[in-house]
Amino acid sequence: MNTRLYLAKLIDLLLPVLAMVIALVVGVLLLFLLGTDPFEAYSALIRGALGNISGITQTLTKATPLLLVGLGICIAFRGGVINIGGEGQIVVGALAATAFGVGFGNLPALILLPLTLISGAAAGLIWGGIPGLLKARLGVNEILTTVMMNQIALRLMNFLLRGPMLDPEHVAAGTSIPQSATLPESIWLTRLVPRTLFHSGAILAVLLALAVYFLLWRTTIGYRIRAVGLNPHASRYAGIPVAKYVTLSLALSGMLCGLAGAVEVLGVHHRMLEGLSGGYGFSGIVAALFGKLHPLGAIPASALFGALLVGADKMQRAVQVPSALAIALQGLVVLFVVSSDLYVRRRTRRRVGDDGSGGPDNGPPAAEGEKREAIAEV
Amino acid sequence: MGTGQRRFEDRIVYGIASPTGGHRAVNFRLNAPYVQMYGIVKRFPGVLACDHVDFDVRRGELHALLGENGAGKSTLMRILYGLYQPEEGRILRDGAEVTIHSPTDAIRQGIGMIHQHFMLVDTLTVTENVALGLKSSREPLLDLGRVEAGIRELSEAYGLQIDPRAPVWTLSVGERQRVEIMKALYRGAAMLILDEPTAVLTPQEVDELFVTLGYMKENGYSLVLISHKLQEVLAISDRITVLREGRLVGTVPTEEMTRHELARMMVGRDVMLERTRDDEIDVGDVKLRLKDVRAHDVTGQPALRGVSLSVQSSEILGVAGISGNGQRELAEVIAGLRPLSGGSVEMDGMPITDWTTARRTESGLAYIPEERMHDGIVRDFAVSENLVLQEHTSEKFSNGIFLAFDYIARYSRQMIQDFYIKTPDIRTMTRNLSGGNIQRLILARELSRQPKVLVAAQPTRGIDIGAIEYIYQQLLEQRDKGMATLLISEDLDELLALCDRIAVIFEGQIMDILDRDETTAEGLGLLMAGVHPEKQ
Repeated sequence: MNTRLYLAKLIDLLLPVLAMVIALVVGVLLLFLLGTDPFEAYSALIRGALGNISGITQTLTKATPLLLVGLGICIAFRGGVINIGGEGQIVVGALAATAFGVGFGNLPALILLPLTLISGAAAGLIWGGIPGLLKARLGVNEILTTVMMNQIALRLMNFLLRGPMLDPEHVAAGTSIPQSATLPESIWLTRLVPRTLFHSGAILAVLLALAVYFLLWRTTIGYRIRAVGLNPHASRYAGIPVAKYVTLSLALSGMLCGLAGAVEVLGVHHRMLEGLSGGYGFSGIVAALFGKLHPLGAIPASALFGALLVGADKMQRAVQVPSALAIALQGLVVLFVVSSDLYVRRRTRRRVGDDGSGGPDNGPPAAEGEKREAIAEV
Repeated sequence: MGTGQRRFEDRIVYGIASPTGGHRAVNFRLNAPYVQMYGIVKRFPGVLACDHVDFDVRRGELHALLGENGAGKSTLMRILYGLYQPEEGRILRDGAEVTIHSPTDAIRQGIGMIHQHFMLVDTLTVTENVALGLKSSREPLLDLGRVEAGIRELSEAYGLQIDPRAPVWTLSVGERQRVEIMKALYRGAAMLILDEPTAVLTPQEVDELFVTLGYMKENGYSLVLISHKLQEVLAISDRITVLREGRLVGTVPTEEMTRHELARMMVGRDVMLERTRDDEIDVGDVKLRLKDVRAHDVTGQPALRGVSLSVQSSEILGVAGISGNGQRELAEVIAGLRPLSGGSVEMDGMPITDWTTARRTESGLAYIPEERMHDGIVRDFAVSENLVLQEHTSEKFSNGIFLAFDYIARYSRQMIQDFYIKTPDIRTMTRNLSGGNIQRLILARELSRQPKVLVAAQPTRGIDIGAIEYIYQQLLEQRDKGMATLLISEDLDELLALCDRIAVIFEGQIMDILDRDETTAEGLGLLMAGVHPEKQ
């Protein structure tokens, strides 16, 4: 690859970071309007996220579920489906893991830990698989179904945490904070840095990132997922059962999110409680986009986004701006990152020609291709 | 909207009412220079698409732009239409220099473009499509009545038969093209660039198009025809400009040229245009048999109404017909992509009616789909990934779970060599290849399996001469080696040159199957129109 192309690729990769920086610059304006010194605010942000051990570990702790969800989103998007059900999948994964971990608490840790994680993953798999089946068989729009499944999951959680799964100690004491019993200590994920929340789930997440990369580009299953995502028609001709792979993409996506829930339970809270999903189901999507929908890109992307979350929170406390500002900043970042991607694509289209006729061999314009919902034919 | 016209000797004065009101009077002499391009240079990463090209169009002329894929003709016109910006060069209109930053600018300069693949919204009517993007005269309310009236006027003036109220999805390809032309005319284009307009038309529709273009020429419009088809270019153009590898080879008056000379200009060497065929090869067993096959199209209407035919080993059976008479469904039924509602399909003696596509592929069926970008390849896959699209689960390329990366890479390199696929690397995204090379990729993929039966649907549509030559060569070679081929094509010359027998399909039924020696283009034309010579 010649230097010019290489440089272009490099810029393409760093664009999300650039976009984030620009978003923060715009945030300066907001800070001015709030009468805060932007310099002070942002240095609080950076120091908060990366300045000390506490900040760094918090960042990495947040990055873990972001990475897992992000990986799930990578698979989904590459498979041509949109998974907005991360929240719900995390919740059911956490619920299943908790139920299993508490229920079978007397099993030896060596068996209990993997099984607990697996039960979380399995719950997520089902929670993602149902919208997947609905889309594949009946053509039901997966954005709608996954969002609705989120609601179902939340209600389910409310019911379970106030009822059957309520911590028996709370019941005895008469308090009713909606949380489950604590899981056996034997299966708590080890803390990598003492007195912080940073746990070994992060290592698992990184290993899974490598696994997902391998899956998508080195296995036949991944090949098919990508083929179906890019061109269901040609995939049909190639003999790939499109419906099966649409379902599989959503199911795998859900599985990773469910695993994220299980990991949060086993690593951070050691029990199931409300708010465990913490918006990761949605911010994970952003992390995936940040990483250009590549599993290996999701690693730095989730760390970066984790830093943003932690830093914004610390900044808000340090300089006394409303917490809404932190959310506003996150929103700006999302806006700029997504726009930068669109902008780059438009630029490339102008320079190189749209619809595949560009580049060295400039032929007649390639088929515009009616983007008929191929699933309807399935 | 109206076009008032008066002719003074060889001057034409006409006023175009612009869609948003007002008038624009245009006054010029026929054959006067209209748009001129000088020294156009356009670079893409890694290639010089246009190398100091000059090109000019006169009023009332039909100027053909000829060249192979990658020659730069589409690029040049896209620069003119504002889709690309040149690195160097000037563009003049009526002698004054202009810069065209976007298609909007181009339209404002009176330049319109009809693309090979239409940009119409199927669910809207003709009127709505023409009005799309234009300002209404009664903003924010629509004034479709006005647009409709304008369409009818233009329709009459230029013989473009369209029903403005028809929804686009009901229109044939030829009619859709007319809508595209209408769009440009309605926006006040004085010059139309047509990119391979006849690639998707039937012979009748081509004739109708040429009549329309003739009217427009008489009325002072300038027309640029981008084409590969030497016959057509010779038939209707006034001047021809030939490009090769980004450079201008020459601009010549049509009356002085022959097909062979043009081909030589395009390719730089003598081209074999008459496909001579060797002595007869003995045909073998029946490899593909269709018995009374019935099937429906995407809208549920019967498309195949009892098709019976058979193809033997070492034979090429052609299927001629006007587009839309069941060819697509026929190909899909054999490939296993469309269910039958009656009848049966047999391959090599075995009933395959219920077999999946994968199984048919494994048993020796190969398929070159009509819409190669849509059905044949995954655009965003690498070249190597597309080369193994059908066989990615076979033992050669995977062990069931993992893809054999190295083997696939070696295989891809071999294919690229053997089939002359022009690509910088096996990892290049397939969308960056030219149409001809994509077809070579598909050919490589399908033929390297040594199939027993090949179904090829419109294999040379929109492909450059060099690739066409190559495809014909391959088809004949494989035929000699025993492959049974079903060649579905709208190009009668192609069918007459390559096929041993030709079947004609009309409204989902086979009108007749004739031996090559018994057929003529006229005879086929009649059958294609549903006229059976014996029954009168």
